[in-house]
Amino acid sequence: MQFDSFSDFIAMGGYGFYVWLSFGTCALILLGILFSSLNDTKRILTSVQQQADREQRIKQAKQESQV
Amino acid sequence: MWKWLHPYAKADRAYQLCNTLLPYFAVVTVVCMVVGWVWGLAYAPADYQQKDSYRIIFIHVPSAILSMGAYSSMAIAAVVALVWQLRNAELAVIAIAPVGACVTAIALITGAAWGKPMWGAWWVWDARLTSELILLFLYLGVLSLYHAFEDKKAAGRAASILAIVGVINLPIIHFSVEWWNTLHQGATITKFDTKAIDPSMFWPLMLNIVAFAAFVGTVTLIRLKNEILQREKHRPWVRQLLNRG
Repeated sequence: MQFDSFSDFIAMGGYGFYVWLSFGTCALILLGILFSSLNDTKRILTSVQQQADREQRIKQAKQESQV
Repeated sequence: MWKWLHPYAKADRAYQLCNTLLPYFAVVTVVCMVVGWVWGLAYAPADYQQKDSYRIIFIHVPSAILSMGAYSSMAIAAVVALVWQLRNAELAVIAIAPVGACVTAIALITGAAWGKPMWGAWWVWDARLTSELILLFLYLGVLSLYHAFEDKKAAGRAASILAIVGVINLPIIHFSVEWWNTLHQGATITKFDTKAIDPSMFWPLMLNIVAFAAFVGTVTLIRLKNEILQREKHRPWVRQLLNRG
């Protein structure tokens, strides 16, 4: 460990603002693209499911009207 | 090899391949990134000149390398899409582009946050910085060109062509520090003849490069899956997918 205390670690020898700005925005952007991509997967699968349900209902309604 | 590759031209096989690869990429990303960040931030020694500010290198260099690496992969996918008319390759182009744009943005932002304490300026219109900014615009150009077309076949072709034309920017970025007088320092780790970096800093840097590469792979796979699902959503195999899961 290069730092004596946690506050030393945060201070980064006086460069804390720049170091944490870099690592902070980096983490933010990485997590942002990751979760937006995962969210897209969920959205697409939900819409596929809804479409399937809808077709099922239409099929059922047609059958009922024939009877 | 063609016999082996051929099935993956089919969307459902490509989707399954993505699913198989995804956990490996994800695990490598998490392990390497956690270890790499802790090592780089807390355990690597401080630089004799730049003190602790140099720790930005552990995300700046990996993101800069991957911004170019992702672009190369995107261009290769674009060539495959145009030459062999594979739809999955087109989807790969569109899957990589947003990830590449994010990584490029990280390289630019971390570079600015490093430039301020070391050069005294957030931004200078330097050859290296400007060409990297153009790379960001190329990624955004590929994306917006793709989304500008109603007909996705034409969209894929146009985006692929732009991706290939943009490759000219890669050697410009790489050699910008040699061709022009620039504030940006020269290559550190891609020079194999002289050791410009100490092993105690080299290994955490390598680890972070692997982590970024695996991250780009992970998110690209997720996005490629999305693109395949989106385009194939009326096919029976997608329906079966829902019933199983």
